[in-house]
Amino acid sequence: MDKVYIISVFAENKPGRLERVTKVLAEANINILAFSITSTNGFGVIKFMVNRCQEAYKLLKEKGFTVSLNEAIGIEMKDQPGGLYEVVKILSSKGINIESASVYVAETRKKAYLIVEVEDTAKAMESLKEENLKFLKPQEIV
Amino acid sequence: MPFWNKEIETLERKKLRELQFERLQKTLRKVYQKVPHYKTKFNQAKIKPSDIKNLEDIYKLPFTTKEDLYVDYPFGLLTVSIDKLIRLHTSSGTTGKPKAIFFSKKDINNSAELIARCLVMTGAQRGEILQNSMTYGLFTGAFVMHYGAEKVGILVIPAGPGNTERQINLMRDFGTNMLHITPSYALYLASVIYDKGFDPKRDFKLKRAYLGAEPYSEETRRKIENMLGIDIYNCYGLTEMNGPGVGFECPYKSGLHIWEDNFLMEIINPETGEPVPEGEIGELVLTTLNREAMPLIRYRTRDLTRVIPEPCSCGRTHRRITRILGRSDDMFIVKGVNIFPQQIEQILMSIKGVAQNYQIVLESYDEMTIKVEIDRELFDGKIERLVKLKEEIIDKIRSATMVKPKVELLEPGTLPVSEGKAKRVIDNRTI
Repeated sequence: MDKVYIISVFAENKPGRLERVTKVLAEANINILAFSITSTNGFGVIKFMVNRCQEAYKLLKEKGFTVSLNEAIGIEMKDQPGGLYEVVKILSSKGINIESASVYVAETRKKAYLIVEVEDTAKAMESLKEENLKFLKPQEIV
Repeated sequence: MPFWNKEIETLERKKLRELQFERLQKTLRKVYQKVPHYKTKFNQAKIKPSDIKNLEDIYKLPFTTKEDLYVDYPFGLLTVSIDKLIRLHTSSGTTGKPKAIFFSKKDINNSAELIARCLVMTGAQRGEILQNSMTYGLFTGAFVMHYGAEKVGILVIPAGPGNTERQINLMRDFGTNMLHITPSYALYLASVIYDKGFDPKRDFKLKRAYLGAEPYSEETRRKIENMLGIDIYNCYGLTEMNGPGVGFECPYKSGLHIWEDNFLMEIINPETGEPVPEGEIGELVLTTLNREAMPLIRYRTRDLTRVIPEPCSCGRTHRRITRILGRSDDMFIVKGVNIFPQQIEQILMSIKGVAQNYQIVLESYDEMTIKVEIDRELFDGKIERLVKLKEEIIDKIRSATMVKPKVELLEPGTLPVSEGKAKRVIDNRTI
Protein backbone atom coordinates (compact mmCIF):
# COMPACT_ATOMS: atom_id res chain seq x y z
CA MET A 1 0.00 0.00 0.00
CA ASP A 2 1.40 3.34 -1.00
CA LYS A 3 0.66 6.86 0.01
CA VAL A 4 0.76 9.79 -2.37
CA TYR A 5 1.50 13.49 -1.80
CA ILE A 6 -0.53 16.64 -2.16
CA ILE A 7 0.98 20.10 -2.46
CA SER A 8 -0.87 22.84 -0.56
CA VAL A 9 -0.34 26.52 -1.34
CA PHE A 10 -1.61 29.41 0.78
CA ALA A 11 -3.25 32.12 -1.30
CA GLU A 12 -5.07 35.34 -0.64
CA ASN A 13 -8.42 35.61 -2.42
CA LYS A 14 -7.24 37.96 -5.11
CA PRO A 15 -7.22 37.78 -8.88
CA GLY A 16 -4.08 36.23 -10.35
CA ARG A 17 -3.07 34.04 -7.39
CA LEU A 18 -3.91 30.70 -9.07
CA GLU A 19 -2.31 31.99 -12.26
CA ARG A 20 0.98 32.68 -10.47
CA VAL A 21 1.17 29.17 -9.02
CA THR A 22 0.17 27.32 -12.16
CA LYS A 23 2.61 29.35 -14.26
CA VAL A 24 5.51 28.01 -12.16
CA LEU A 25 4.32 24.44 -12.67
CA ALA A 26 3.69 24.94 -16.40
CA GLU A 27 7.14 26.39 -16.97
CA ALA A 28 8.73 23.41 -15.23
CA ASN A 29 6.61 21.08 -17.38
CA ILE A 30 4.97 19.58 -14.29
CA ASN A 31 1.61 17.93 -14.91
CA ILE A 32 -1.35 18.67 -12.63
CA LEU A 33 -3.51 15.56 -12.19
CA ALA A 34 -5.95 16.74 -9.58
CA PHE A 35 -6.60 19.99 -7.82
CA SER A 36 -8.97 21.71 -5.43
CA ILE A 37 -9.43 25.11 -3.87
CA THR A 38 -10.79 25.69 -0.39
CA SER A 39 -11.45 29.28 0.43
CA THR A 40 -12.88 31.20 3.31
CA ASN A 41 -13.35 34.88 3.96
CA GLY A 42 -10.25 36.48 2.45
CA PHE A 43 -7.89 33.58 1.91
CA GLY A 44 -7.70 30.01 0.78
CA VAL A 45 -5.61 26.93 0.19
CA ILE A 46 -4.98 25.54 -3.30
CA LYS A 47 -4.15 21.84 -3.41
CA PHE A 48 -2.50 19.98 -6.26
CA MET A 49 -1.56 16.44 -7.06
CA VAL A 50 1.20 16.54 -9.63
CA ASN A 51 3.44 14.02 -11.35
CA ARG A 52 6.75 15.25 -9.82
CA CYS A 53 5.65 16.38 -6.40
CA GLN A 54 8.99 16.70 -4.55
CA GLU A 55 10.36 18.78 -7.38
CA ALA A 56 7.24 20.94 -7.57
CA TYR A 57 7.32 21.50 -3.81
CA LYS A 58 10.95 22.61 -3.83
CA LEU A 59 10.37 24.85 -6.83
CA LEU A 60 7.36 26.61 -5.32
CA LYS A 61 9.21 27.11 -2.03
CA GLU A 62 12.17 28.63 -3.83
CA LYS A 63 9.85 31.00 -5.67
CA GLY A 64 8.62 32.30 -2.32
CA PHE A 65 5.24 30.60 -2.11
CA THR A 66 3.87 29.51 1.24
CA VAL A 67 3.63 25.81 0.54
CA SER A 68 3.50 22.49 2.33
CA LEU A 69 3.73 18.87 1.26
CA ASN A 70 1.00 16.66 2.73
CA GLU A 71 0.47 12.92 2.73
CA ALA A 72 -2.68 11.57 1.10
CA ILE A 73 -4.31 8.31 0.10
CA GLY A 74 -5.55 7.64 -3.44
CA ILE A 75 -8.39 5.11 -3.61
CA GLU A 76 -9.64 3.72 -6.89
CA MET A 77 -13.35 4.04 -7.60
CA LYS A 78 -15.53 2.95 -10.45
CA ASP A 79 -16.31 5.76 -12.84
CA GLN A 80 -20.03 5.02 -12.73
CA PRO A 81 -23.07 5.93 -10.58
CA GLY A 82 -22.44 4.96 -6.96
CA GLY A 83 -18.64 4.83 -7.39
CA LEU A 84 -17.90 7.55 -4.85
CA TYR A 85 -20.55 6.23 -2.46
CA GLU A 86 -18.96 2.78 -2.33
CA VAL A 87 -15.60 4.20 -1.27
CA VAL A 88 -16.87 6.80 1.18
CA LYS A 89 -19.07 4.19 2.86
CA ILE A 90 -15.97 2.15 3.70
CA LEU A 91 -14.05 5.18 5.00
CA SER A 92 -16.87 6.22 7.30
CA SER A 93 -17.37 2.67 8.58
CA LYS A 94 -13.73 2.83 9.72
CA GLY A 95 -14.24 6.21 11.37
CA ILE A 96 -11.89 7.97 8.96
CA ASN A 97 -12.65 11.66 8.60
CA ILE A 98 -11.80 13.30 5.28
CA GLU A 99 -10.03 16.60 5.77
CA SER A 100 -9.77 17.42 2.09
CA ALA A 101 -10.55 15.56 -1.10
CA SER A 102 -10.09 15.81 -4.85
CA VAL A 103 -10.62 13.50 -7.77
CA TYR A 104 -8.11 12.17 -10.25
CA VAL A 105 -9.63 10.72 -13.41
CA ALA A 106 -6.98 8.52 -14.95
CA GLU A 107 -6.65 7.27 -18.51
CA THR A 108 -9.55 9.29 -19.77
CA ARG A 109 -12.49 7.86 -17.85
CA LYS A 110 -11.45 4.25 -17.50
CA LYS A 111 -10.90 4.68 -13.79
CA ALA A 112 -11.02 7.44 -11.23
CA TYR A 113 -9.33 7.94 -7.86
CA LEU A 114 -10.60 9.70 -4.81
CA ILE A 115 -7.62 11.51 -3.26
CA VAL A 116 -8.14 12.18 0.44
CA GLU A 117 -6.18 13.84 3.19
CA VAL A 118 -7.01 12.44 6.62
CA GLU A 119 -5.86 13.17 10.15
CA ASP A 120 -3.56 10.18 10.49
CA THR A 121 -2.51 8.69 7.15
CA ALA A 122 -0.67 5.66 8.53
CA LYS A 123 -3.52 4.71 10.85
CA ALA A 124 -6.12 5.12 8.11
CA MET A 125 -4.10 2.96 5.72
CA GLU A 126 -3.72 0.28 8.34
CA SER A 127 -7.47 0.11 8.90
CA LEU A 128 -8.20 -0.04 5.16
CA LYS A 129 -5.67 -2.79 4.50
CA GLU A 130 -8.19 -5.65 4.61
CA GLU A 131 -10.78 -3.92 2.44
CA ASN A 132 -11.26 -4.74 -1.17
CA LEU A 133 -9.82 -1.45 -2.40
CA LYS A 134 -7.20 -0.51 -4.95
CA PHE A 135 -4.81 2.26 -4.03
CA LEU A 136 -3.05 4.70 -6.27
CA LYS A 137 0.71 4.13 -6.46
CA PRO A 138 3.13 7.02 -6.87
CA GLN A 139 4.53 5.47 -10.06
CA GLU A 140 1.05 5.58 -11.61
CA ILE A 141 0.96 9.35 -11.32
CA VAL A 142 2.37 10.54 -14.62
CA MET B 1 30.18 46.17 35.95
CA PRO B 2 32.23 48.47 33.71
CA PHE B 3 31.72 52.25 33.78
CA TRP B 4 32.92 55.02 31.47
CA ASN B 5 32.56 57.71 34.15
CA LYS B 6 31.82 55.93 37.39
CA GLU B 7 31.86 59.04 39.54
CA ILE B 8 29.06 60.79 37.67
CA GLU B 9 27.13 57.64 36.74
CA THR B 10 26.86 56.57 40.40
CA LEU B 11 26.68 60.04 41.96
CA GLU B 12 24.40 59.91 44.96
CA ARG B 13 20.91 61.26 44.22
CA LYS B 14 21.16 64.26 46.53
CA LYS B 15 24.36 65.43 44.86
CA LEU B 16 22.96 64.65 41.42
CA ARG B 17 19.96 66.85 42.15
CA GLU B 18 22.22 69.64 43.38
CA LEU B 19 24.20 69.40 40.16
CA GLN B 20 20.97 69.45 38.15
CA PHE B 21 19.73 72.56 39.91
CA GLU B 22 23.04 74.35 39.49
CA ARG B 23 23.04 73.57 35.77
CA LEU B 24 19.37 74.46 35.39
CA GLN B 25 19.92 77.90 36.89
CA LYS B 26 22.87 78.52 34.63
CA THR B 27 20.88 77.41 31.58
CA LEU B 28 17.86 79.56 32.48
CA ARG B 29 19.97 82.67 33.01
CA LYS B 30 21.67 82.10 29.68
CA VAL B 31 18.52 81.64 27.58
CA TYR B 32 16.81 84.59 29.31
CA GLN B 33 19.73 86.84 28.46
CA LYS B 34 20.57 85.62 24.99
CA VAL B 35 17.41 84.24 23.37
CA PRO B 36 14.71 86.86 22.71
CA HIS B 37 12.05 84.18 22.16
CA TYR B 38 12.66 82.64 25.61
CA LYS B 39 12.71 86.07 27.23
CA THR B 40 9.34 86.89 25.66
CA LYS B 41 7.86 83.55 26.74
CA PHE B 42 9.16 83.88 30.31
CA ASN B 43 7.87 87.44 30.50
CA GLN B 44 4.45 86.37 29.25
CA ALA B 45 4.39 83.72 31.99
CA LYS B 46 5.50 86.46 34.43
CA ILE B 47 8.53 84.49 35.55
CA LYS B 48 12.25 85.20 35.81
CA PRO B 49 15.11 82.70 36.17
CA SER B 50 15.59 83.92 39.76
CA ASP B 51 12.03 82.78 40.61
CA ILE B 52 13.10 79.17 40.18
CA LYS B 53 14.25 78.28 43.69
CA ASN B 54 14.46 74.50 43.35
CA LEU B 55 13.95 71.72 40.80
CA GLU B 56 10.22 71.45 41.56
CA ASP B 57 9.74 75.05 40.49
CA ILE B 58 10.39 73.98 36.89
CA TYR B 59 6.62 73.52 36.54
CA LYS B 60 6.26 77.29 36.58
CA LEU B 61 8.17 77.63 33.31
CA PRO B 62 6.44 77.51 29.93
CA PHE B 63 6.89 74.47 27.67
CA THR B 64 8.92 74.52 24.48
CA THR B 65 7.18 72.72 21.62
CA LYS B 66 8.37 71.93 18.14
CA GLU B 67 6.45 75.01 16.95
CA ASP B 68 8.82 77.15 19.03
CA LEU B 69 11.70 75.79 16.96
CA TYR B 70 10.26 77.58 13.91
CA VAL B 71 10.06 80.98 15.59
CA ASP B 72 13.00 83.15 14.48
CA TYR B 73 14.02 80.15 12.34
CA PRO B 74 16.71 78.94 11.90
CA PHE B 75 19.19 80.66 14.23
CA GLY B 76 16.82 82.29 16.71
CA LEU B 77 17.22 79.88 19.64
CA LEU B 78 21.02 80.03 19.73
CA THR B 79 22.88 81.29 22.76
CA VAL B 80 26.21 81.48 20.92
CA SER B 81 27.31 83.22 17.71
CA ILE B 82 27.39 81.25 14.47
CA ASP B 83 31.19 81.05 14.48
CA LYS B 84 30.93 78.80 17.57
CA LEU B 85 28.87 76.20 15.67
CA ILE B 86 30.45 73.20 14.04
CA ARG B 87 27.50 71.04 13.05
CA LEU B 88 23.84 71.11 12.03
CA HIS B 89 21.46 68.19 12.35
CA THR B 90 17.83 68.28 11.33
CA SER B 91 14.77 66.22 11.96
CA SER B 92 11.88 66.17 9.54
CA GLY B 93 9.09 68.44 10.63
CA THR B 94 5.44 68.29 9.71
CA THR B 95 5.26 71.90 8.56
CA GLY B 96 7.56 71.41 5.58
CA LYS B 97 10.60 72.92 7.25
CA PRO B 98 12.94 70.65 9.19
CA LYS B 99 13.70 71.17 12.86
CA ALA B 100 17.25 72.55 12.93
CA ILE B 101 19.53 71.73 15.86
CA PHE B 102 23.01 73.24 16.10
CA PHE B 103 26.01 71.87 17.95
CA SER B 104 29.09 73.68 19.23
CA LYS B 105 32.39 71.84 19.57
CA LYS B 106 31.62 71.33 23.27
CA ASP B 107 28.18 69.93 22.40
CA ILE B 108 29.62 67.43 19.92
CA ASN B 109 32.15 66.29 22.47
CA ASN B 110 29.49 66.01 25.14
CA SER B 111 27.11 63.98 22.98
CA ALA B 112 30.00 61.58 22.27
CA GLU B 113 30.70 61.42 26.02
CA LEU B 114 27.14 60.30 26.73
CA ILE B 115 27.30 57.62 24.02
CA ALA B 116 30.60 56.41 25.48
CA ARG B 117 28.84 55.92 28.83
CA CYS B 118 26.07 53.97 27.07
CA LEU B 119 28.36 51.68 25.08
CA VAL B 120 30.66 50.85 27.99
CA MET B 121 27.58 50.22 30.15
CA THR B 122 26.59 47.38 27.78
CA GLY B 123 30.06 45.83 27.90
CA ALA B 124 31.46 47.33 24.70
CA GLN B 125 35.18 48.08 24.77
CA ARG B 126 38.27 49.10 22.86
CA GLY B 127 39.23 46.46 20.32
CA GLU B 128 35.66 45.70 19.30
CA ILE B 129 33.99 46.58 16.00
CA LEU B 130 30.74 48.50 15.56
CA GLN B 131 28.87 48.42 12.26
CA ASN B 132 26.85 51.60 12.13
CA SER B 133 23.85 50.83 9.92
CA MET B 134 21.91 54.02 10.64
CA THR B 135 21.60 56.79 8.07
CA TYR B 136 24.58 59.13 7.89
CA GLY B 137 23.35 62.58 7.02
CA LEU B 138 21.09 65.20 8.46
CA PHE B 139 19.65 62.62 10.88
CA THR B 140 21.61 62.48 14.16
CA GLY B 141 21.49 58.71 14.63
CA ALA B 142 24.62 57.57 12.83
CA PHE B 143 26.96 60.51 13.50
CA VAL B 144 26.41 60.82 17.23
CA MET B 145 26.90 57.06 17.72
CA HIS B 146 29.97 57.19 15.46
CA TYR B 147 31.72 59.87 17.52
CA GLY B 148 30.81 58.19 20.81
CA ALA B 149 32.13 54.80 19.68
CA GLU B 150 35.37 56.39 18.46
CA LYS B 151 35.74 58.04 21.85
CA VAL B 152 35.70 54.61 23.50
CA GLY B 153 38.28 53.34 20.99
CA ILE B 154 35.90 51.11 19.08
CA LEU B 155 36.54 50.50 15.37
CA VAL B 156 33.55 51.93 13.50
CA ILE B 157 32.37 50.63 10.13
CA PRO B 158 30.22 53.46 8.73
CA ALA B 159 28.00 51.14 6.69
CA GLY B 160 24.81 53.20 6.68
CA PRO B 161 21.49 51.45 6.09
CA GLY B 162 20.35 49.27 3.18
CA ASN B 163 22.31 47.15 0.70
CA THR B 164 21.73 44.07 2.81
CA GLU B 165 24.09 41.90 0.80
CA ARG B 166 26.93 44.29 1.56
CA GLN B 167 25.94 44.55 5.24
CA ILE B 168 26.31 40.79 5.56
CA ASN B 169 29.65 40.79 3.72
CA LEU B 170 31.00 43.52 6.01
CA MET B 171 29.85 41.58 9.07
CA ARG B 172 31.55 38.42 7.79
CA ASP B 173 34.76 39.95 6.45
CA PHE B 174 35.58 42.21 9.39
CA GLY B 175 34.00 40.30 12.27
CA THR B 176 31.48 42.93 13.37
CA ASN B 177 30.72 42.65 17.10
CA MET B 178 27.99 45.29 17.35
CA LEU B 179 25.29 46.72 15.16
CA HIS B 180 23.60 50.09 15.47
CA ILE B 181 20.42 49.66 13.49
CA THR B 182 16.66 50.31 13.35
CA PRO B 183 14.46 47.47 14.67
CA SER B 184 12.62 46.92 11.39
CA TYR B 185 15.86 46.72 9.45
CA ALA B 186 17.38 44.41 12.08
CA LEU B 187 14.44 42.04 11.59
CA TYR B 188 14.85 42.14 7.85
CA LEU B 189 18.62 41.65 8.06
CA ALA B 190 18.16 38.69 10.42
CA SER B 191 15.68 37.05 8.05
CA VAL B 192 18.02 37.49 5.07
CA ILE B 193 20.86 35.98 7.11
CA TYR B 194 18.61 32.97 7.69
CA ASP B 195 17.41 32.72 4.10
CA LYS B 196 21.01 32.63 2.93
CA GLY B 197 21.59 29.63 5.18
CA PHE B 198 24.06 31.25 7.59
CA ASP B 199 24.34 30.11 11.18
CA PRO B 200 24.66 33.43 13.03
CA LYS B 201 26.66 31.90 15.89
CA ARG B 202 29.10 30.09 13.64
CA ASP B 203 29.44 32.56 10.78
CA PHE B 204 29.44 35.90 12.64
CA LYS B 205 31.11 37.44 15.68
CA LEU B 206 28.08 39.49 16.61
CA LYS B 207 27.56 40.10 20.35
CA ARG B 208 25.12 42.97 20.64
CA ALA B 209 22.94 45.36 18.74
CA TYR B 210 21.73 48.83 19.63
CA LEU B 211 18.23 49.44 18.38
CA GLY B 212 16.58 52.81 18.19
CA ALA B 213 14.89 55.46 16.04
CA GLU B 214 11.55 53.70 15.79
CA PRO B 215 9.18 51.98 18.20
CA TYR B 216 9.23 48.22 18.61
CA SER B 217 8.07 45.74 21.17
CA GLU B 218 9.71 43.48 23.73
CA GLU B 219 8.59 40.49 21.65
CA THR B 220 10.41 41.85 18.60
CA ARG B 221 13.53 42.33 20.71
CA ARG B 222 13.41 38.69 21.87
CA LYS B 223 12.73 37.47 18.36
CA ILE B 224 15.84 39.21 16.97
CA GLU B 225 17.93 38.21 20.00
CA ASN B 226 16.99 34.56 19.42
CA MET B 227 17.46 34.69 15.68
CA LEU B 228 20.95 36.17 15.93
CA GLY B 229 21.99 34.86 19.35
CA ILE B 230 22.94 38.33 20.63
CA ASP B 231 21.97 40.89 23.27
CA ILE B 232 19.85 43.78 22.12
CA TYR B 233 19.86 47.11 23.95
CA ASN B 234 17.19 49.74 23.63
CA CYS B 235 18.44 53.15 22.76
CA TYR B 236 16.38 56.32 23.09
CA GLY B 237 17.04 59.74 21.72
CA LEU B 238 15.72 62.55 19.61
CA THR B 239 17.42 65.06 17.37
CA GLU B 240 16.33 67.96 19.57
CA MET B 241 18.30 66.36 22.45
CA ASN B 242 21.55 65.32 20.61
CA GLY B 243 20.00 62.22 19.06
CA PRO B 244 20.81 58.77 20.47
CA GLY B 245 22.19 58.36 23.97
CA VAL B 246 19.62 60.32 25.95
CA GLY B 247 18.41 57.06 27.44
CA PHE B 248 20.04 53.65 27.18
CA GLU B 249 19.64 50.21 28.69
CA CYS B 250 22.16 48.65 31.02
CA PRO B 251 22.70 44.85 31.05
CA TYR B 252 19.61 44.42 33.28
CA LYS B 253 17.50 45.51 30.31
CA SER B 254 14.69 46.77 32.47
CA GLY B 255 14.25 50.37 31.47
CA LEU B 256 16.50 53.01 29.95
CA HIS B 257 18.76 55.16 32.14
CA ILE B 258 18.35 58.84 31.40
CA TRP B 259 21.59 60.77 31.92
CA GLU B 260 20.13 63.11 34.49
CA ASP B 261 23.23 65.26 34.82
CA ASN B 262 22.53 66.29 31.21
CA PHE B 263 18.75 66.15 31.03
CA LEU B 264 16.09 67.14 33.51
CA MET B 265 13.11 64.88 32.95
CA GLU B 266 9.46 65.32 33.74
CA ILE B 267 6.46 63.19 32.89
CA ILE B 268 3.30 65.18 32.24
CA ASN B 269 -0.28 64.58 31.26
CA PRO B 270 -0.27 65.45 27.55
CA GLU B 271 -3.81 66.84 27.72
CA THR B 272 -3.44 69.11 30.76
CA GLY B 273 0.31 69.74 30.96
CA GLU B 274 0.24 68.85 34.68
CA PRO B 275 2.86 66.48 36.14
CA VAL B 276 1.61 62.92 36.65
CA PRO B 277 2.29 61.04 39.92
CA GLU B 278 5.68 59.30 39.86
CA GLY B 279 5.52 56.01 38.01
CA GLU B 280 2.47 56.85 35.91
CA ILE B 281 2.41 57.02 32.13
CA GLY B 282 2.62 60.40 30.46
CA GLU B 283 4.56 62.47 27.98
CA LEU B 284 8.30 62.84 28.51
CA VAL B 285 9.44 66.47 28.81
CA LEU B 286 13.17 67.21 28.77
CA THR B 287 15.30 70.23 29.65
CA THR B 288 18.91 70.27 28.50
CA LEU B 289 21.27 70.94 31.43
CA ASN B 290 24.60 70.81 29.68
CA ARG B 291 24.10 72.19 26.21
CA GLU B 292 26.06 75.15 25.00
CA ALA B 293 24.73 76.25 21.61
CA MET B 294 21.03 75.56 21.76
CA PRO B 295 19.57 74.80 25.18
CA LEU B 296 15.93 73.73 25.23
CA ILE B 297 13.69 74.33 28.21
CA ARG B 298 10.85 71.88 29.01
CA TYR B 299 10.78 70.44 25.51
CA ARG B 300 7.69 68.35 24.72
CA THR B 301 9.05 65.12 23.21
CA ARG B 302 5.58 63.70 22.37
CA ASP B 303 6.95 60.33 23.56
CA LEU B 304 4.89 58.45 26.11
CA THR B 305 6.64 56.59 28.91
CA ARG B 306 6.81 56.39 32.69
CA VAL B 307 9.59 56.75 35.23
CA ILE B 308 10.85 53.67 37.05
CA PRO B 309 11.64 55.22 40.43
CA GLU B 310 13.31 52.16 42.01
CA PRO B 311 17.14 52.08 42.05
CA CYS B 312 18.70 49.86 39.38
CA SER B 313 20.81 46.82 40.29
CA CYS B 314 23.60 48.09 38.01
CA GLY B 315 24.45 50.75 40.56
CA ARG B 316 23.76 53.77 38.40
CA THR B 317 21.79 56.44 40.21
CA HIS B 318 20.34 57.99 37.06
CA ARG B 319 16.68 57.02 36.92
CA ARG B 320 15.17 54.88 34.23
CA ILE B 321 12.16 55.22 31.96
CA THR B 322 10.30 52.31 30.36
CA ARG B 323 10.65 51.71 26.66
CA ILE B 324 8.69 54.32 24.73
CA LEU B 325 5.08 53.15 24.90
CA GLY B 326 3.97 55.22 21.97
CA ARG B 327 4.07 58.65 20.47
CA SER B 328 1.20 60.90 21.21
CA ASP B 329 1.19 61.51 17.41
CA ASP B 330 1.10 57.75 16.63
CA MET B 331 -1.84 57.12 18.85
CA PHE B 332 -5.00 56.63 16.85
CA ILE B 333 -8.60 56.48 17.91
CA VAL B 334 -11.07 53.82 16.76
CA LYS B 335 -14.57 53.65 18.23
CA GLY B 336 -13.45 56.26 20.73
CA VAL B 337 -10.65 54.05 22.09
CA ASN B 338 -7.02 55.25 22.21
CA ILE B 339 -4.79 52.63 20.60
CA PHE B 340 -1.00 52.54 20.21
CA PRO B 341 0.55 50.56 17.34
CA GLN B 342 2.97 48.99 19.87
CA GLN B 343 0.06 47.38 21.69
CA ILE B 344 -0.96 45.65 18.48
CA GLU B 345 2.60 44.65 17.66
CA GLN B 346 3.12 43.15 21.10
CA ILE B 347 0.06 40.94 20.66
CA LEU B 348 0.88 39.86 17.10
CA MET B 349 4.47 38.91 17.95
CA SER B 350 3.25 36.69 20.78
CA ILE B 351 1.08 34.60 18.45
CA LYS B 352 2.57 31.49 16.85
CA GLY B 353 2.07 31.43 13.10
CA VAL B 354 2.44 35.17 12.59
CA ALA B 355 5.47 36.43 10.65
CA GLN B 356 7.29 39.70 11.35
CA ASN B 357 5.48 42.09 9.07
CA TYR B 358 2.11 43.67 9.73
CA GLN B 359 0.17 46.80 8.92
CA ILE B 360 -2.76 48.59 10.54
CA VAL B 361 -5.12 50.17 8.02
CA LEU B 362 -7.75 52.70 9.06
CA GLU B 363 -10.56 53.46 6.62
CA SER B 364 -13.20 54.68 9.06
CA TYR B 365 -13.52 55.80 12.67
CA ASP B 366 -15.22 52.63 13.82
CA GLU B 367 -13.12 49.95 12.21
CA MET B 368 -9.48 48.93 12.02
CA THR B 369 -8.07 46.35 9.64
CA ILE B 370 -4.92 44.51 10.58
CA LYS B 371 -2.95 42.93 7.77
CA VAL B 372 -0.72 40.12 8.98
CA GLU B 373 1.78 38.03 7.09
CA ILE B 374 1.66 34.35 8.05
CA ASP B 375 4.79 32.40 9.00
CA ARG B 376 5.86 30.35 5.98
CA GLU B 377 7.51 27.70 8.16
CA LEU B 378 4.37 26.99 10.17
CA PHE B 379 2.02 26.56 7.20
CA ASP B 380 0.81 22.96 7.14
CA GLY B 381 -1.70 23.04 4.28
CA LYS B 382 -4.72 23.01 6.60
CA ILE B 383 -7.22 25.79 6.18
CA GLU B 384 -8.76 25.10 9.62
CA ARG B 385 -5.44 26.07 11.21
CA LEU B 386 -5.49 29.40 9.39
CA VAL B 387 -9.08 30.07 10.36
CA LYS B 388 -8.14 29.44 14.00
CA LEU B 389 -5.09 31.69 13.70
CA LYS B 390 -7.28 34.48 12.39
CA GLU B 391 -9.77 34.00 15.23
CA GLU B 392 -6.95 34.02 17.79
CA ILE B 393 -5.63 37.33 16.44
CA ILE B 394 -9.11 38.88 16.51
CA ASP B 395 -9.82 37.65 20.05
CA LYS B 396 -6.52 38.74 21.56
CA ILE B 397 -6.65 42.21 20.01
CA ARG B 398 -10.27 42.66 21.01
CA SER B 399 -9.60 41.73 24.62
CA ALA B 400 -6.57 44.05 24.83
CA THR B 401 -8.05 47.10 23.09
CA MET B 402 -11.82 46.59 23.38
CA VAL B 403 -12.04 47.00 19.60
CA LYS B 404 -12.77 44.01 17.37
CA PRO B 405 -10.45 44.28 14.38
CA LYS B 406 -10.84 42.99 10.85
CA VAL B 407 -7.92 40.69 10.17
CA GLU B 408 -6.46 39.81 6.77
CA LEU B 409 -3.95 36.99 6.51
CA LEU B 410 -1.37 37.66 3.83
CA GLU B 411 1.32 35.68 2.07
CA PRO B 412 4.79 36.39 3.47
CA GLY B 413 6.53 39.11 1.50
CA THR B 414 3.31 40.88 0.52
CA LEU B 415 3.74 43.96 2.71
CA PRO B 416 6.43 46.49 1.87
CA VAL B 417 9.79 45.49 3.34
CA SER B 418 11.48 48.07 5.49
CA GLU B 419 15.04 49.20 5.09
CA GLY B 420 14.44 52.20 7.33
CA LYS B 421 11.52 53.34 9.44
CA ALA B 422 8.59 50.98 9.00
CA LYS B 423 5.21 52.48 8.27
CA ARG B 424 2.88 50.43 10.40
CA VAL B 425 -0.25 52.55 10.38
CA ILE B 426 -1.94 53.57 7.14
CA ASP B 427 -4.60 56.13 8.00
CA ASN B 428 -6.84 56.77 5.00
CA ARG B 429 -9.52 58.52 7.00
CA THR B 430 -10.77 61.96 6.15
CA ILE B 431 -12.82 63.99 8.57
